[in-house]
Amino acid sequence: MSTMKANLEVLPRGVQVALALGLIALVAFPFTGTDFYVQMVTRMMIMAIFAMSLDLLQGVTGLVSLGHAAYFGLAGYALAFLMPQGEAVSLWWTLPLAVLASGLGALIIGFFVVRTHGIYFIMVTMAFAQMIFFLFFDNKVLGGSDGLYINFKPTIALFGWTPFAWWDLDNKHTLYYFTLAVLLLVYAFLRRLLWSPFGRALAGIRVNEHRMRAMGFGTFRYKLTAFTLAGALAGLAGYLWGTQTGYINPELMGFHMSAHGIMMVILGGMGNFAGAIVGAFAFEYLLHVFKDLPRIGSVNLGKHWQLWMGLFIVLLVTFAPRGILGLVERFGKSRKAGDE
Amino acid sequence: MDLANFLIQLLNSVQYGLLLFMLAAGLTLIFGIMGVVNLAHGSFYMLGAYLAWSLSAQLGSLTLAILVGAVLSAIFGLALEWLLFRHFYHRDHLDQVLLTFGLIYIFEELRSILWGDDVHGVPIPELLSASIPLTDNLSYPVYRLFMSAVCIALAVGLYLLISKTRLGMKIRAGAFNRDMAGALGINIKLIHAVVFALGVTLAAVAGMIAAPVASVYPNMGSQVLIMCFVVVVIGGIGSVRGAMIAALLVGLVDTFGKVLLPSVAGMLVYMLMAAVLLWKPEGLFKQ
Repeated sequence: MSTMKANLEVLPRGVQVALALGLIALVAFPFTGTDFYVQMVTRMMIMAIFAMSLDLLQGVTGLVSLGHAAYFGLAGYALAFLMPQGEAVSLWWTLPLAVLASGLGALIIGFFVVRTHGIYFIMVTMAFAQMIFFLFFDNKVLGGSDGLYINFKPTIALFGWTPFAWWDLDNKHTLYYFTLAVLLLVYAFLRRLLWSPFGRALAGIRVNEHRMRAMGFGTFRYKLTAFTLAGALAGLAGYLWGTQTGYINPELMGFHMSAHGIMMVILGGMGNFAGAIVGAFAFEYLLHVFKDLPRIGSVNLGKHWQLWMGLFIVLLVTFAPRGILGLVERFGKSRKAGDE
Repeated sequence: MDLANFLIQLLNSVQYGLLLFMLAAGLTLIFGIMGVVNLAHGSFYMLGAYLAWSLSAQLGSLTLAILVGAVLSAIFGLALEWLLFRHFYHRDHLDQVLLTFGLIYIFEELRSILWGDDVHGVPIPELLSASIPLTDNLSYPVYRLFMSAVCIALAVGLYLLISKTRLGMKIRAGAFNRDMAGALGINIKLIHAVVFALGVTLAAVAGMIAAPVASVYPNMGSQVLIMCFVVVVIGGIGSVRGAMIAALLVGLVDTFGKVLLPSVAGMLVYMLMAAVLLWKPEGLFKQ
């Protein structure tokens, strides 16, 4: 059914200009912002990586996963286990291992879930994510319901050599630019992937899987690869999350987190990765605004942020199901129609 | 495990399975007939439990509270269907997921504003508070038997409604071919509203009768929702019979798993689901 929503794969010139301006703003931001906002934007960028990884499934392949947060969490846990109590470990080997852990988890679960379609896929991804949630929640060895602390930030020294004094993720600005670099790399990678033969095959599966199979594509293999890759990239975000916040708990793998991911992708506009970034920023910002609402009289509006977020989601999905980029496109079209 | 203990666990697993069936039946019907995936289904269970708690305190009787609560939740279901769900039957599953996820947030927060965030207990009615002694120190509470009896009665009622009545015939016709049923003069919009309200009521009643045993607490819907998904996936979407068998199976695996293999009990049910997926990707009783 997701074929009904035509995806905006080619970004209009106006959107490209806006993205370039956005990138300049991101590069310049730490020079203006306070530490609090630098940390907030770092978190937004981490969520943007998470949202892009989900977009590969949701927007490109047409697989709606309601369990994507599980792979986000797995890498965070991997980092926590790889980090000994008393010392920091190097990012250069823990990051690949953590991403591998997420990818492996996604490969195993993907083996079961990509046989299913549509609504089954939604329910089954959610159920398996819940299984992983319980694995960590029920076992004290794995941190239990409280989760685990990550006492140090991984070091980024190159074979013990630090080129600059600020070459250290404990420095908030270094972590910010590191995350920005990862964000750009993931975006560039996924954009290339989108137009590669593999990406075209995934888009073909979204539009008509039966036809793809009739043309000789082993769609199971393609979908499993996409699921694994998306899980690994979500792990990249989870690793950065663990690095930034210094803790990881089962809640981060719960279905609320997964649904937030879906929301980000929808909010921006699916299938082109740029929308996922915009959506992640917008969603995280909204969350911040709703939680920060003032107290009016005896009513603390911010305490009821779930109500505002719930209403926002219901209104958005009722009136603007194609998100911000969809609105931009619709606005552009109606203006063009007016010109003629 | 001796016989008495085994019997207790068996009764518990059947009771849990029947309760899951009440929830999963509504979920599977709403999907099978209207094509809507409803994440907010667990919220209706929570709503029922909170209704049982607040109404029984005000009316002084759980039985009365259940009757009034059932009527209220049916009205609530009709209103929700008319206001929101009706406009989403033809929409993408993705939109339905988001709509119902948004509703979870709204319901949770309204629950918090109306009833607070505390855990509450609901007293078992005097008449049903006894226990049946099995051995010297083991006994089985009558209320749990009562719960199973109510679930069985409702399940039989649901079966008769769907397979023997005129309304049931229209529901099946609508599920089989919406447009054709409409062309033959069946008011398909009304059928949809009735089925949706029925699903909401079943979930709420499950919450109401479970309230004295499970107690009443925030977010109680999420856990049960995911179990219902597992039941529906195992049973096959749209199949009420499949939901019944899958619910009993899940009840058995979960209850005995907790006794025999406590360290992996939380995961056993999902492993069962994985096994079924490998064997029959569309569930045991695909319609």
